[in-house]
Amino acid sequence: MIDMKEPLIPVLGVVTDIRTDTPDVKTFRVVTPDGKKPFKHMPGQCAMLSMPGIGEALFSITSSPTNTEFMEFSIKKCGCVTEWLHHMEVGQQITIRGPYGNAFPVDTAFAGRDLLFIAGGIGLAPLRSVINYVRHYRDRYGKVDIVYGSRSKGDLVDYKEIVDEWCKDAGINVYLTIDREQPDWDGHVGFVPNYVKELGFDTNKTAVLCGPPIMIKFTLAGLQELGFDKTQVYTTLELRMKCALGKCGRCNVGAKYVCKDGPVFRCDELDTLPDEY
Amino acid sequence: MQTVTRDMLVSRAKALLADGTVDRVLGWKAGEFTYDVTPGVFTDADAMEKEFVYGDFCGANFSKYLLTEARKTEKKVLVFLKPCDTYSFNQLLTEHRFDREKVYAIGIPCDGMLDIHKIRTLSAEGVTGIDTDGESVTVHTLYDGDKTVARADALAERCVNCKSKKHVAYDELLGEDGEIIDSARFDEVAAIEKMTPDERFAFWQDALSRCIRCNACRDVCPACTCEKCVFDNPNSGVENKSPANSFEEQMFHIIRAFHVAGRCTDCGECSRVCPQHIPLHLLNRKFIKDIDEFYGEYQAGEKVGSRAPLVDFMTGDLEPSEAVKRGETNA
Amino acid sequence: MRKCSLTALDALFAKMAESAALYLPVDGDDGRAHYAQWQEGLHLSDALNTVRSAKDFFFPQTENLMAFKVNGKTIEIIDTRTEADDFIVFGVRACDVRSFDILDTVFLAEPADSYYANRRAHGVIISLACTRPAETCFCSTFGIDASTPAGDVVCWKTDDALYMEAKTEKGSALMAALADLTEECDTDAVKAQQATTKERMAKLPLADLTADKFGGGKTMEFFSDPAWATLSEACLGCGTCTFVCPTCQCYDIKDFDTGHGVTRLRCWDSCMYSDFTKMAHGNPRLTQVERFRQRFMHKLVYYPENNGGVFGCVGCGRCLTRCPISMNIVKVMKNLGGDAK
Repeated sequence: MIDMKEPLIPVLGVVTDIRTDTPDVKTFRVVTPDGKKPFKHMPGQCAMLSMPGIGEALFSITSSPTNTEFMEFSIKKCGCVTEWLHHMEVGQQITIRGPYGNAFPVDTAFAGRDLLFIAGGIGLAPLRSVINYVRHYRDRYGKVDIVYGSRSKGDLVDYKEIVDEWCKDAGINVYLTIDREQPDWDGHVGFVPNYVKELGFDTNKTAVLCGPPIMIKFTLAGLQELGFDKTQVYTTLELRMKCALGKCGRCNVGAKYVCKDGPVFRCDELDTLPDEY
Repeated sequence: MQTVTRDMLVSRAKALLADGTVDRVLGWKAGEFTYDVTPGVFTDADAMEKEFVYGDFCGANFSKYLLTEARKTEKKVLVFLKPCDTYSFNQLLTEHRFDREKVYAIGIPCDGMLDIHKIRTLSAEGVTGIDTDGESVTVHTLYDGDKTVARADALAERCVNCKSKKHVAYDELLGEDGEIIDSARFDEVAAIEKMTPDERFAFWQDALSRCIRCNACRDVCPACTCEKCVFDNPNSGVENKSPANSFEEQMFHIIRAFHVAGRCTDCGECSRVCPQHIPLHLLNRKFIKDIDEFYGEYQAGEKVGSRAPLVDFMTGDLEPSEAVKRGETNA
Repeated sequence: MRKCSLTALDALFAKMAESAALYLPVDGDDGRAHYAQWQEGLHLSDALNTVRSAKDFFFPQTENLMAFKVNGKTIEIIDTRTEADDFIVFGVRACDVRSFDILDTVFLAEPADSYYANRRAHGVIISLACTRPAETCFCSTFGIDASTPAGDVVCWKTDDALYMEAKTEKGSALMAALADLTEECDTDAVKAQQATTKERMAKLPLADLTADKFGGGKTMEFFSDPAWATLSEACLGCGTCTFVCPTCQCYDIKDFDTGHGVTRLRCWDSCMYSDFTKMAHGNPRLTQVERFRQRFMHKLVYYPENNGGVFGCVGCGRCLTRCPISMNIVKVMKNLGGDAK
């Protein structure tokens, strides 16, 4: 019976590319030691990355499932594990297990709909996966609007991909904003929630939100002012996790476990949960 | 039975609430049975009338609660202190852990608190009620009728070896103050010192291997008041909730005893709360005994601001080599 | 049903210990019962229950999950799992037997935890009916019958004999091995004991305690109850209640550098601890009120919501006797919802 699979035991991953996105965000490309993508996933799902001796932590998979060659993780430096990851070099092995959690309903609720993606800061990481999935299966979805903001131009994650690829796609409108004016920026200046209200989207679409809790709170309120119902808005949560299997108990909020019942929640579902996330 | 009654405490507390001296009262709330009282905060007379209890099982040392309670009060918080609690109170003041101006302390005499676990062992399991009267304790049990045990036998260990009936701090005193007692609290330590090293190792190995690292001893300890405990630091290389290896199993309590050495007043809360009945107070008493013998008698908490021998260098201090020699003669 | 004279109990234990490690409650030096591996000369404790629960056998406080060797940029992952040895746990009370069902729903749910599953598969549970439930017992609140526990083999101990009945395949196999030491018997003595125990259960101080007002779907009803603040105000934030609890199963995973490589270990964790939900960027449960609430909400509302109404408490009463400040689930149940006694 011991030959049964143990979900806590990871597999090896090799970091084949490290891209510095912003002063505190790097994007890591990971493959298995034989050069393959570690496992299949859907947009919004997560993986446990670890460096033995440092620790293990959950990260959303930034690359799209349509990328069959490798996985990417955009990671902001903020704790022990992320600090270590930011200091490693290409060629470093790490451990990886997953995929974990539900996913954005890309093939059901999103299908055929106009989509509005709203992200703040590192909140773009989980949305990049679904945006690139939608770009890949462009004919399955309607019009796509992307509102993305960060503290400064230098803090916009994936700026190059956004400008070189997303902005050039037909049927995709990208709206970038930064918090404060700066010399080499001629785009919009202001906070994301206000920008969303200024842009004033029609409500016949599904919105996907990710960013710092305060941004989510005000943007959701803004969307509701525009006439959006909470059932039209999706977001993704993050809590401390150890197992990612719904067993260790850390990410328990109400009767839900963010690691297995989430991380993607429709905003009306969040109303049934106690405010502990 | 306690000399001081519940009614005396409640009427004094109500008066102090009424005249605006205090706005919070630390007291005890009744449980399901006689023995399971819970510390609680009262802010009005009605609640006190309804819920306040006092008796032989109100042993919790309230001093440490002052760390948080003194910050919550707009006037003062009223605390009732048994003689042993007043030593912790002073020690916390010595370490500047709470604002004395925010506390109104009433010293209450203590006739020794009872230990429910001892009572269960002496009488029977299934204790539904306990009446105390003078020197005898009547235990009502589920299956063995009423059992009577001598009060002296039912006393908590720390009360059997009570070091002082004298209060060393208070704003006012209810009843008579007592005297410092020449207790036998170091007898068991002396007995352990007389063991061979192997016996002593076996004694502590047996005791410490029972530890489940619930951290109750640390969390209740009035000398453990670090804002962030070293054992809770994820980068410290030690595990705070499980003995990751036998070294930690053996060392956690010894390290903790070192941390509180010279500051531990021997209030005995650590042993009271230990779910695994580890005689933790013996480790602390060993340090106290050594300090007494090496540097002259010193009682932590006896005076606010007193300098403990371990942080007070004197030219006449015992040389470390001398201490080692004494250790060798003991062994 | 079969029985074995109490005078032959040692021989029975010796026989069981031939094929597997046998653990049973024995009296410790501190006068309290704890599980120990049986050997000649050890006697079954008469105590109602052990200080620590029997969950330790399947979910130990600390266990190594795997190991790593790190060499420059390369890592070797070492699966350190080994097949568990067969073992028997004797004398498990009805409450603790039920706790295994609760642990199973967590650890055996897909994807199953192989460490737990391994020990579960190799462990045989011999339960022992209660005869003298304590004042702190309230298993009947959760529909548990202390006079008739579940288990692979169920035992009833009377003044002169141990009555045994196999309930599962594993139990039948064990009873077959004990055939020479036991004899077929009628159930009169057991029935009489069950009747007496049930009468006693009905008269316990907590016999009327009910969990009816709790259950799935009650999150919002109880979450904001002002009683949480007063119930938790004296809480020390220690982990005693969670560590002696037979159903608490939250755990932490940590890496431990042994000096010769890295061991990834799992250990019990407690929602009562301040760092339980602490993340690099903040903590959703900042004070002890929220941590305290989580423990009881989980047992009384969240767990039943996910498990068909079954509560996450078995009424063993350990938290009643062990909490340093005598706060416990009974007080919580009685004080929430505004109908304090």
